[in-house]
Amino acid sequence: MILAVLVPLLIACFIPALSKLKAKIHTGIFVFFVPFIIFLYFVQFVGNDFSPQIEQYSWIPSLGINLDFYLDGLSLLFVLLISGIGSLVVLYSIYYLHKSERLGHFYVYLLMFMSAMLGVVLSDNIFVLYTFWELTSISSFLLIGYWHFKERSRYGALKSMLITVFGGLSMLGGFILLYVVTGTTSIQEMISQVDVILDSNYLPLILGFILLGAFTKSAQFPFHIWLPDAMEAPTPVSAYLHSATMVKAGIFLIARFSPIFSSYEWFFLIVSIVGIITLCWGSYMSVRQTDLKAILAFSTISQLGMIMAMLGFGTTIAVFAAVFHILNHATFKGSLFMIAGIVDHETGTRDIRKLGGLATFMPITATLAIFATFSMAGVPLPFLNGFYSKELFFDAGIQLDNSGFWSQAIPYLAVLGSIFTFVYSMYLFFGTFTGKKHLEQLPKKPHEAPFGMLVSPIILVLGVILIGLLPNMANAPFLQHAAEAINGDTEFYKVKFWHGWDSPAFRMSLVVVTLGIILFVTRKRWQAVYQVLPGKASFNKVYDAIVANMDSVSRSVTNFYMTGSLKTYMSLILGTTLVVSFFVMFVSNGFTVSTDQLADISFIEIAVVLIMIIAAIGTIYMNHNVAAVLVLGVVGFGVAILFVIYRAPDIALTQLVIETVSVALFLLCFYHLPKLRKSTDSAKTKTMNAIISIGFGALITMVAISAHSSRWFESISDYFVENSYKLGGGDNIVNVILVDMRGLDTLFEIAVLGIAALAIFGLIKNKKNKEAE
Amino acid sequence: MEIITSILAGVLFATAIYNILQKQLLRIVIGTALLSHGAHILILTMGRLKTGQPPILTEGISDYTDPLPQALILTSIVISFGVTSLLLVLAYRTTKENNTDNMEQLRGNENE
Repeated sequence: MILAVLVPLLIACFIPALSKLKAKIHTGIFVFFVPFIIFLYFVQFVGNDFSPQIEQYSWIPSLGINLDFYLDGLSLLFVLLISGIGSLVVLYSIYYLHKSERLGHFYVYLLMFMSAMLGVVLSDNIFVLYTFWELTSISSFLLIGYWHFKERSRYGALKSMLITVFGGLSMLGGFILLYVVTGTTSIQEMISQVDVILDSNYLPLILGFILLGAFTKSAQFPFHIWLPDAMEAPTPVSAYLHSATMVKAGIFLIARFSPIFSSYEWFFLIVSIVGIITLCWGSYMSVRQTDLKAILAFSTISQLGMIMAMLGFGTTIAVFAAVFHILNHATFKGSLFMIAGIVDHETGTRDIRKLGGLATFMPITATLAIFATFSMAGVPLPFLNGFYSKELFFDAGIQLDNSGFWSQAIPYLAVLGSIFTFVYSMYLFFGTFTGKKHLEQLPKKPHEAPFGMLVSPIILVLGVILIGLLPNMANAPFLQHAAEAINGDTEFYKVKFWHGWDSPAFRMSLVVVTLGIILFVTRKRWQAVYQVLPGKASFNKVYDAIVANMDSVSRSVTNFYMTGSLKTYMSLILGTTLVVSFFVMFVSNGFTVSTDQLADISFIEIAVVLIMIIAAIGTIYMNHNVAAVLVLGVVGFGVAILFVIYRAPDIALTQLVIETVSVALFLLCFYHLPKLRKSTDSAKTKTMNAIISIGFGALITMVAISAHSSRWFESISDYFVENSYKLGGGDNIVNVILVDMRGLDTLFEIAVLGIAALAIFGLIKNKKNKEAE
Repeated sequence: MEIITSILAGVLFATAIYNILQKQLLRIVIGTALLSHGAHILILTMGRLKTGQPPILTEGISDYTDPLPQALILTSIVISFGVTSLLLVLAYRTTKENNTDNMEQLRGNENE
């Protein structure tokens, strides 16, 4: 399994080289084999006797972060979707993307996404899952912005990333809380600790954070706004990421954590309410769109909401229907996206107002579209898979425990959402393929797509029909395992087409179809309703306002402190240090004065210290180069004298030598440097500088006194005194520490000096060379 | 005495920082030199003053001054010498190249 996750990434490394050959061979041909082989590898697991597989690799064991891969029915369903749809999408992209495009970039991003998505659905470790999760957001960002010269592409890419990464971070917060509560990073081990999690005080927070992650990723109301803008991506990407796989990552997350949360009543309420609202809002808004892909985007939002709602119900039938619909949605929506891409490719526009009557020009595409749209609408025909899952959805809604108001409202809302689903499906098909032709408005003369482009949608539509005809074929060996992974039920749910005239779900379907047809036919008359709801209100405006405000606020904050002046930076850093240090010292009562064990004071020490203080202050007022350096030298030699007094002969010697050399060096440089001038700062700046410096001096004094007054630990110096001769063979303890016990430090110190010397040499030598030229 | 040296360290730091906050390059170099003196005095004070004989093993003496701060300071003196000399040459070159030693004029371009 680890190979399956990493192979796309590995192959991606070779894509730039392979894309050099794109004049002869389309890069997509190489890429096609990657998901295809992964698909073939995982198909072998499908079967009645499938049992979960585990593969474990150590990565960062000390943090509990390991590459643990866990393949159960749910993962298997997603893996097959990712690799299966992935193969078809790559195949389709070979004909969709012209060789003059930057194919190398495209396929590297796509393979990166494939790896990331496989990682999300196979990881058992929450932190690894999170890493892959963010990687899908990043690759989605890159793919949406693929045509980066378009303003809308960049806007859409940024929007999708901001929203999904915001959700991802919140999910990480939930994961960390889960880790704190359970002490494990493995999802399966968390599931075995359900009671601990349900008893935890953090439960509402955990649920909220994780749901936020899932809702943003799966474009649930009100975070759905990024998905329509993501449609700026090339159509293969929309078909792959934004309908079949990535947007279902949130669904996956909810399904994965269902065993933990399903008995918590808020889980049912939040997930099903958000899901149903998304279903209704998405389908309602879809009817209003004019861009083919925008219709599909809102349709995807609404279908995702439906799946989400079913996961929220959590009953056996609802979970099975959810799993079933994940598969069905991938087939019909994937093919519809490809069909929209074909229409766009062959006519040059996706504006449904300009399209119409295309069935005569593109008969095959139209035939495919009719199956896919009718399946999406849930038209009761025995060869359309969408109908089965839609009816299961109605069944699930009716069978809910009818105690609360919300549970009773669900079936009605489900029917409402489905009516609009029916309307936009019809609108999509009839608006594009039948009716009046507007050939003069089309940028290109329409004709049927090349066969290669039709292969992928044909295979997907065949899937629609096959699943429709034999709904139980994929059921027992495949879907049942996925449902079992979510709710633990091993009961085999048999799907039937015919439930009888008196079946309530069938009656709901009839209501949907009847009202749907009426609303579709009278569509023009009630369009005005959109002026009232949503009217001018839009979540996009909220998003835009938030982004614009954050942008201007951070810009003004940055401009405030990034002035380009070193002095300002120093003042800010020092000022902050001062405030924080004094605050901490005050809060923790850190300042202590103890007069015990003070050394005695002699006259000569006082004299030296006084001279040093005067000299140090003098450096500020000296406006003559040589005088300033001599004063600085006084401080340096004063330090040397103090070293002598305090019994540090080695450093006293060193200080003397270094100070002498330093003064000489300063004098040497002065010949070339401009004279010191009187400060021209304003009084205000001077005061500010004085406050910062005096404050800092006071802080250092307080730290020094406190350090002297409080000894919390035994000094480690005794070790050196004892072992200097034994281990180092030397009487001079300081020397032994430097050259023996801390020998490596000294070696690096020499290296630093060497580097400084080289740099100085370079700075001077370079100048001479320039002059020579 | 420790309190007096603590105050000395504080004064050295204060004057060092006042110099560093000036505009002229040379003053900044002087400031860094003062800063290292201050740091040395600070480290020495933390190790307690005059608590014994110089840290050179001698027959019959068991009480020595703490050798550890001295080893640290020795390293620090050498490093700060390297830093000061590099800064000096850097200041020299900067002044030659840009014809100014005023930090406010050396701040680079807008939006760089």
